[in-house]
Amino acid sequence: MADIGIESQPILPLRGISIEALASPARRARKEAAIRFIFLLAALVSIAISLLIVLSLVREASVFAFNIDWRQTWGQIGWFPRQGVYDMPTVLVSSLIVTGVAMLVAGPLGLGSAIYLSEYASRRTRGILKPVLEILAGVPSVVLGFFALFFLSPQVVERLGRNGWLVIGAVLVIAYIAIVASWMRKLIKREIDTPLSTQLVRVAALTFSVAFGLILIWWVLRVAGPSDVDNGLPFVKRGGQLAAAAVGVGILTIPLVASVSEDALASVPQELRQASAGLGARKITTTIQVVLPAAVSGIVAAFIIGVSRALGETMVVFMAGGAADAARFTDSPFEGGLTMTAAMASLATGTDNVVGEGLTFQSLYFVGFVLFVLTLGLNIIAGRFVNRVREKY
Amino acid sequence: MALGTIGGDGRTTARVEQEIFSRGRDLKGSSFKTLMFSALGVSILVLVVLIVDVLVDGWPVLTTRLGGFISGTLRSQSTDELLGISQGLAGSLWIAIFVILLSFPIGIASAIYLEEYATQGRLTSAIDIAIRNLAGVPSVVYGLLGLFLFVTTNNGESTLFAGGITLAILVLPIVVITSAEAIRAVPSSLKQGAYGVGATKWDVIRTQVLPFAAPGIFTGTLLSLSRAIGEAAPLILVGAITDRLAPRDRSIFSPEQLDDRFTAMPIVIVGWVQEAARDVGFAAAAGAAIVVLLVVVIAMNSVAVMLRSYFEKKRG
Repeated sequence: MADIGIESQPILPLRGISIEALASPARRARKEAAIRFIFLLAALVSIAISLLIVLSLVREASVFAFNIDWRQTWGQIGWFPRQGVYDMPTVLVSSLIVTGVAMLVAGPLGLGSAIYLSEYASRRTRGILKPVLEILAGVPSVVLGFFALFFLSPQVVERLGRNGWLVIGAVLVIAYIAIVASWMRKLIKREIDTPLSTQLVRVAALTFSVAFGLILIWWVLRVAGPSDVDNGLPFVKRGGQLAAAAVGVGILTIPLVASVSEDALASVPQELRQASAGLGARKITTTIQVVLPAAVSGIVAAFIIGVSRALGETMVVFMAGGAADAARFTDSPFEGGLTMTAAMASLATGTDNVVGEGLTFQSLYFVGFVLFVLTLGLNIIAGRFVNRVREKY
Repeated sequence: MALGTIGGDGRTTARVEQEIFSRGRDLKGSSFKTLMFSALGVSILVLVVLIVDVLVDGWPVLTTRLGGFISGTLRSQSTDELLGISQGLAGSLWIAIFVILLSFPIGIASAIYLEEYATQGRLTSAIDIAIRNLAGVPSVVYGLLGLFLFVTTNNGESTLFAGGITLAILVLPIVVITSAEAIRAVPSSLKQGAYGVGATKWDVIRTQVLPFAAPGIFTGTLLSLSRAIGEAAPLILVGAITDRLAPRDRSIFSPEQLDDRFTAMPIVIVGWVQEAARDVGFAAAAGAAIVVLLVVVIAMNSVAVMLRSYFEKKRG
């Protein structure tokens, strides 16, 4: 036996394997099966958690849905849970504003950072700057809440004022028109003899784009106008406003958008860049005409994941959104408001005990259910886009 | 007509020549590069401004009474000598213990199952989908789960136990995903070598897979731990105390506080930010508490990131 050398001189550091063990496969197999079972149990925990989340949301939200007077959830003056008024448009529009403004911050900054890191930065620069971005990703959201309330709100948003907003609004509108125009130009240029159905789809898309542009212009002008007069309802105001909170949420979302877009850019095969350079294209042409179109699904995924993250961000809006407990309906980012998430956090802190008090407890789960469905939908769509990149390369 | 441009009239040729020979003065290219760099620059600048802002706000507290601040408790006046974060630190420490004891073993075990044992099938894809979707669920929804599971069943009493388990559940998918990535990166030659000398699956996992994947797993667990320590929304939902918590005469390690009302570092910060509307001195206290939290969180993240890049370099 000695010349086999398993016991005296193990070739690999495989402690616990002996001739005896190898000679009794039944016992080994039993042990292996038991170990496998333990790991399976651990993996099943995630399924159990998912089911419990859905169960808790659906159970309490359905209690709310069956017992609430639906007139209290639509077209009311605002979100006043203590009065039994749960106006969904109030929290939905606030969430839309915060998510939209946050993506205006996180989209360009995140994508720009990703393009620089992936296409331009040298190995050394990348090695230094990327960890810094990762540190930003690790900053807790309460820190951004503090920053939004005590810095962004007084130093950035309030200084901006009406004129600053008009400038930003104008830039937004011009950028939107430019994007739609260049997109239309491309569509018209490419093929002349397209089938009628495709042309109808394009006309519909054009109509939609123009309508959306008009709404955008209307909204920019409306926000720049005087804000509504206080209507005397119990409206607890705090410092801050939706815009400051939204910029804070945007800052939190930058690293996420950057890292997902960078993954997408990195998955574009190097051959495409080389071929483009070989044809005499400059770096900028290669990046814009070759790399970005090739990575477009991943970049779309990055934006969708960013939207989902911004929609679910709670603490920044809760701390710096400018409203506590209740909020009047507003469509202006320069007023205080409650997003879906901030409304939930407010409900949970307003009294010592959320349990009881009519349907307030259930309303928490109803809002949570809406939020869960929205983010889940966005994440599933984003996952499809990511898979498309994987399949392509 | 569409083919006309390829055929090469004079304009195209001229344009191609210009593209090739005007290398030195590529104004468009360099301004694009500058624009992209400034996107990254602005992001990093924001981080710097944020850190400076927090430091400036917290400076008076940090420099005059750091020791008292760390050992103090939640108070109603910002000028109170005994104002401090000890209760927040204790809560966060316990949350970290919950994460280490629950999320780490269960998360790593699930990752091992998914990467080493699972065969393609309905169950595996169900687990996979569950984990992926859990990772994208907003943290506040985990708070609803914690509230539903532990608080309503406990006569509406919120406890540290409920908060700790809720956060352990929150970071579980992160632990699973990062550990699975680390395990996937283990070269199959290592495993096959071990199988070749008669090792069973568990022997291979124990002696080859886990040691090789350890740095990656450690990085992931460290990141998830720092995420748990910084998270506030689920704790607010579960009912952490934002205003005042009666100081008790006991060690922060005494387990009887698991059944008691609790707070944590991020919650202390939220509470003080709210109090600052009434008593401005709390803004400084909140700033100082943030500095303490950021030091811990950034230290953990930096170690994780450096460790990862060290091993990435070492293994090429």
